[in-house]
Amino acid sequence: MSTHAVDIHAHDDDHGHHHKETFVTKYIFSQDHKMIAKQYLITGTLMGIIGVLMSIMFRIQIAWPEEPNVLFEALLGKWAPGGVMDADIYLALVTIHGTIMVFFVLTAGLSGTFSNLLIPLQIGARDMASGFLNMVSYWLFFLSSIIMLISLFVEAGPAAAGWTIYPPLSALPMAQGGSGMGMTLWLISMAIFIASSLLGSLNYIVTVINMRTKGMSMTRLPLTIWAFFVTAIIGVVSFPVLFAAALLLIMDRSFGTSFFLSDIFIQGEVLHYQGGSPVLFEHLFWFLGHPEVYIVILPAMGLVSEIMASNARKPIFGYRAMVASILAIAFLSTIVWGHHMFVSGMNPFLGSVFTFTTLLIAIPSAVKAFNWITTLWKGNLQMNPAMLFSIGFVSTFITGGLTGIILGDSALDINVHDTYFVIAHFHLVMGISAIYGMFAGVYHWYPKMFGRMLNKNLGYIHFWVTAICAYGVFFPMHFIGMAGLPRRYYTNSAFPLFDDLADVNIVITIFAIIGGIVQIVYLYNFFSSMFMGAKAVQNPWRSTTLEWTTPVKHIHGNWPGAIPHVYRWSYDYSKPGHDDDFVPQNVPLKEGEEELQH
Amino acid sequence: MDTTVVKTSAENKRWGGGTEPLKTSYGKMMMWFFITSDALTFAGFLAAYGFSRFKFADSWPIADNVFTHVPFIHGNYPMIFVAFMTFILIMSSVTMVLAVDAGHHMKKAKVTIYMFLTIIGGLVFLSSQAYEWSTFIKGTYGAVATEGGNILHIMDADGNQVALKDFAIAQGSDRERHESRTGLWFTSESTLPSYTFEEVLDGFKANPNLVVRTTYTGEDGHKTTLSRSESLRELETKGKNVVEGANLRQNEYGAPLFANYFFFITGFHGFHVSIGIMLNIIIFFNVLIGTYERRGSYEMVEKVGLYWHFVDLVWVFVFTFFYLV
Repeated sequence: MSTHAVDIHAHDDDHGHHHKETFVTKYIFSQDHKMIAKQYLITGTLMGIIGVLMSIMFRIQIAWPEEPNVLFEALLGKWAPGGVMDADIYLALVTIHGTIMVFFVLTAGLSGTFSNLLIPLQIGARDMASGFLNMVSYWLFFLSSIIMLISLFVEAGPAAAGWTIYPPLSALPMAQGGSGMGMTLWLISMAIFIASSLLGSLNYIVTVINMRTKGMSMTRLPLTIWAFFVTAIIGVVSFPVLFAAALLLIMDRSFGTSFFLSDIFIQGEVLHYQGGSPVLFEHLFWFLGHPEVYIVILPAMGLVSEIMASNARKPIFGYRAMVASILAIAFLSTIVWGHHMFVSGMNPFLGSVFTFTTLLIAIPSAVKAFNWITTLWKGNLQMNPAMLFSIGFVSTFITGGLTGIILGDSALDINVHDTYFVIAHFHLVMGISAIYGMFAGVYHWYPKMFGRMLNKNLGYIHFWVTAICAYGVFFPMHFIGMAGLPRRYYTNSAFPLFDDLADVNIVITIFAIIGGIVQIVYLYNFFSSMFMGAKAVQNPWRSTTLEWTTPVKHIHGNWPGAIPHVYRWSYDYSKPGHDDDFVPQNVPLKEGEEELQH
Repeated sequence: MDTTVVKTSAENKRWGGGTEPLKTSYGKMMMWFFITSDALTFAGFLAAYGFSRFKFADSWPIADNVFTHVPFIHGNYPMIFVAFMTFILIMSSVTMVLAVDAGHHMKKAKVTIYMFLTIIGGLVFLSSQAYEWSTFIKGTYGAVATEGGNILHIMDADGNQVALKDFAIAQGSDRERHESRTGLWFTSESTLPSYTFEEVLDGFKANPNLVVRTTYTGEDGHKTTLSRSESLRELETKGKNVVEGANLRQNEYGAPLFANYFFFITGFHGFHVSIGIMLNIIIFFNVLIGTYERRGSYEMVEKVGLYWHFVDLVWVFVFTFFYLV
């Protein structure tokens, strides 16, 4: 009996595992959470490259409209006759850029990577609750990525109705080029993505609730885990509503129902649709769409909290307030969706209700921002790239958050609705911030993922150029937005009013190109360090959390022996009475020592 | 091998902590969260239904006028059949509870019987749903659609609705159904109604006791009936075509959206019931061959039971939204 038990679960440091693992089960259809995390990260990174390339292409178009460009001719082919970008493909690029960045990079790439990597490691579990569902979740994500990319090569063009796919552009297959097969593939891809997200989220939630090691109470959890946990709950609650909207949309597109369509004429002929409402779609879409931005930003917030405490060598300031604000944000995120619809013809009274709930979110957000700043206050700051990106996160989150107060107010929003002001707002507050959180996470946990260190100096170059370019791109957008420049226009040259803004657009595009190019430094650092980086030690950042008690070389089941028990919260940095400036969670309390009241 | 540490069986379990929180397995908890998620999908549909119905609050069909059929019996029996369906589904939930309970006591024979009854209940519900759909698709009386999208029902002097076939004067139209070969833009059209609008209008003119009922609900909660002269004017000036039965494009009972939502939501629910029946059948055979007996736990029955109860609960909401309010 005992020898049998040894065969199944015993590990030793040299071999790692007794299961016979083929290349396929280890690297492709792996059920190990660490490998799945890496798969998510690499797939997300590749999708990110495509999304950024698209943004650079349409920025070039906006800066120099109607000028022939060899890049366009090479990459877009028939969509850029003579190198001049076609309006249809401009809209398609904007649409797919948004979709890829929001869902594939910042939802799956960020949450998928770090939830998978950190949840079992930081709570002290051998693996996810269901390794099989975890694997299915990744491969569904992969499949949906492939379908989204296939849609780029459809004859009539990819979906071009904006990432929000409002009907009727999305509901009538004949409305525009991208409304046909392109939109069908978009919907299929998203349906698969939702299934993937659901399976992933179920796993994260159940693992956090059910598989914490002994002593790991909810109030001792690292903030990363709190953030992933709440993110997964938001996902489980909001994605199915998008699924509902997508199904109704498919019915409208293919089976002649009128859920979102009413009294439409095409080329003088009246269609049979009767009684539907496009505003209904907006309600359903934004019931997901708004929580979605918190699905994107909460994991980044969790990562940043952890990295800041570790690199400031101080306990996180206001742990309970941080947890409470995560929960408050999660709750409020489900009752604010109407602020995307202030000019959709929604009842103005409803607009003022949504204004109220929206502005309430400023409170927990401010709690978090102040807590990060007070965590830094008088800390023994370790300025490595991960820390720089974390501080950058707080900076862009505050900048973008402040414009959110303007956009959340229905009276003020009317002036800047659907202008570049909105672009500037959400790119700073959720786009750039979440990407910074992701970069910070990669720089911090790279040694855990690949057993080697990233090059610090390349990291510094990456951070500073990215930070300057990000503000260089998005700060001027506030001004051109307030000047009235609408978003999603493929060229502004037809409007003399906007002639004065042409130079600003060129400056933005130059920053965008430099910011895009400097990511090559990161990619080089990322991929070359896998093989050539300095070997990592077990706990390179001298952190307290459990993942740094596992061996550098990955093994199945994470810990070679018994799972460590937890005796203290996760932020015992610079605690008086200890020799080191950090005390890992698995170190028992000394005689007479009390746990910090947090 | 000699470097490995022999561990106690407790340490070999995935769960390394003390007492498991909530005292449930991860599988059961996953089912609960899946149900949460699925409930939100249905909530999305029902919220959309409410949104659209509110938009047409004054002209939404009254369920009592729509669902009046009972198999093998001719006549007007609103709500009887759907009450039967609902009863069957709720009873199948009861047998499911009994199966789960028998599983807790490891009584294989009882689990088998109750699972079987649950499956039968589910199948009866699905067949009833099919009957409900078929009568709704076929329609009862037929109606006239107007240019403005209104639906006109034909009534006799006693206030009873009259079927088109009872008064329309057939003239033998030579209008043929378009097929994809002959139709506009190579599309075929749906089946032509049995009578053309002109035939219905002639019949209406020939019967002086007929009037028209609109889809607008009056103060008294009933649909407004027009006077004879108003009816004639309405038909002559606005009448467009004849509608028989309901499908995704038109609906003889009133707003097409009613039919859209009815087909979609009950269809989506029926899909869930079908999945539930399939799961139940798989579990049933596993019980039969003794898988859970050997495993020492009937938890799978419990997990599938959770799903089955959820499907029943959703039906209660669908039933309330479409039939009762």
